[in-house]
Amino acid sequence: MTPGGDHVPAIRVQGVHKHFGSLHALRGVDLAIEQGEFFALLGPNGAGKTTLISILAGLARADEGRVEILGFDVRHDYRRARRALGVVPQELVFDPFFTVREFLTLQSGYYGLRHNEAWIEELLHHLDLTPKADTNMRNLSGGMKRRALVAQALVHKPPVIVLDEPTSGVDVELRHSLWQFIQRLNREGHTIVLTTHYLEEAQNLCTRVAMLKHGGIVALDATESLLRATQEPSLRLTLVPDRLPPSLAPRLTLQEKGVYTLSLRDYAQTEEVLRVLREAGVRVADMSVERPDLEDVFVQIMSRH
Amino acid sequence: MQGFSTLLYKELLRFWKVGFQTILAPVVTALLYLLIFSHALKGRVQIYPGVSYTAFLVPGLVMMSALQNAFANSSSSLIQSKVMGNVVFLLLPPLSYPEIFLAYTTAAVIRGVIVGLGVFAVTLAFTHLPVREPLWLAAFAVLGCSILGAAGIVAGIWADKFDQLAAFQNFIIVPLTFLSGVFYSIHSLPAFWQALSRFNPFFYVIDGFRYGFFGLSDVSPWTSFGVVFGFFLALSLLTLQLLRSGYKLRF
Repeated sequence: MTPGGDHVPAIRVQGVHKHFGSLHALRGVDLAIEQGEFFALLGPNGAGKTTLISILAGLARADEGRVEILGFDVRHDYRRARRALGVVPQELVFDPFFTVREFLTLQSGYYGLRHNEAWIEELLHHLDLTPKADTNMRNLSGGMKRRALVAQALVHKPPVIVLDEPTSGVDVELRHSLWQFIQRLNREGHTIVLTTHYLEEAQNLCTRVAMLKHGGIVALDATESLLRATQEPSLRLTLVPDRLPPSLAPRLTLQEKGVYTLSLRDYAQTEEVLRVLREAGVRVADMSVERPDLEDVFVQIMSRH
Repeated sequence: MQGFSTLLYKELLRFWKVGFQTILAPVVTALLYLLIFSHALKGRVQIYPGVSYTAFLVPGLVMMSALQNAFANSSSSLIQSKVMGNVVFLLLPPLSYPEIFLAYTTAAVIRGVIVGLGVFAVTLAFTHLPVREPLWLAAFAVLGCSILGAAGIVAGIWADKFDQLAAFQNFIIVPLTFLSGVFYSIHSLPAFWQALSRFNPFFYVIDGFRYGFFGLSDVSPWTSFGVVFGFFLALSLLTLQLLRSGYKLRF
């Protein structure tokens, strides 16, 4: 395996610890993200997601452990590591001296790219920034600034792209177009790592998920496996008369506003529940089967740790 | 080198876009100093034979303005980036530490020299100065601004807030430049202050610079050059080390 080759992970994190004063922000994080993955890094506020991203990007330094981007050590081989990485920072930062186009041209130059106009135009187009290209950054709305931050991260076509809450405070339309663009980049082979508080986005987009809490990884698996393994499907019923037969009581997980939520081991058990109801003379007025979503999984895992 | 030239271009563009404040304002300030001091002291003070006080004052004012603006350029750029958070755009790309150092220092030198030329140009209306040693003049202008450019990087990295930077400027840079012989020759000072002045590196910058004009100075230009160059080298190493260590930039 050689740095930058096909078989090295896009991101490798080994035994990373980070302290901020008395706060132990990362407690021995190990993680490997393969090339081409669409990966979610989830966790409550203060779990260490942004600290981990800062260490990947060289904005912070690990006290202990090793971090590589495409096999390049972020500390000792920082120039190649940073060239391989694009980061959308969480904070809405901007340089008030420059227009969007000037900003992107300057960023290109920092990455050693002299004639990058064609790609900059394409980025402006895909992020719907073309009409604002010659507007000073300080005169952009929050959503527009966010787009410029995304463009900034992509200006050097990095093979590995990290987006730290790219959709916070962003309207539905941009969120949609942004994800379409990011999915296209992923299909073209870019590795995408994402943190978000919108777990629905992570569930729809990401093939694998890591969950952090108190600076440690508490879950790391394919999104589908997490959904399957962590929670069973559930059946929501409105009954007439409003009465649950006693034999179904052990399945009851929630009862609210006349709706009974029963847990099932698998979908085949629906038939058995209906049979019990029929025999007890209870009629089903409304019924829905619910698949667990990532939010349920997240809440369950976070409450366990 | 592409990273260096882009960062240099960005730093030049930054001060050029607010040229009213970064170039014109210091020229006007220097002009006021010249009017007041030369009016108050003309005819009363003669430092070098055959050189009027106004003529003596001009090189010092040119250099002081150049030095203070070189410092202001790198320090204010860095502190603004830090406070606004946009310093990440400098920290995320693969810019090397020498590239960052050289780009900020060179931009500071260019702003310092432009302001110095501006001050010199307006003083031509008041006095005529010989330029006897243009090479010495250029060498001290560039080296002096380089020192202040590097000092500005150090201050910009160290300061977390604007008032800390202002303290650095008001309590270190301004006294050292004011007390370096801008307005007087150190030979006119009491022995104690004269001895103390010799520990001020800016004294050598201004003395050497003045030598470029008049071919006369308090100490030999070679001595001044040695001191100034040595100081620049030491400060450069410190600045590079700060950048490499990530002090107050990479946490």
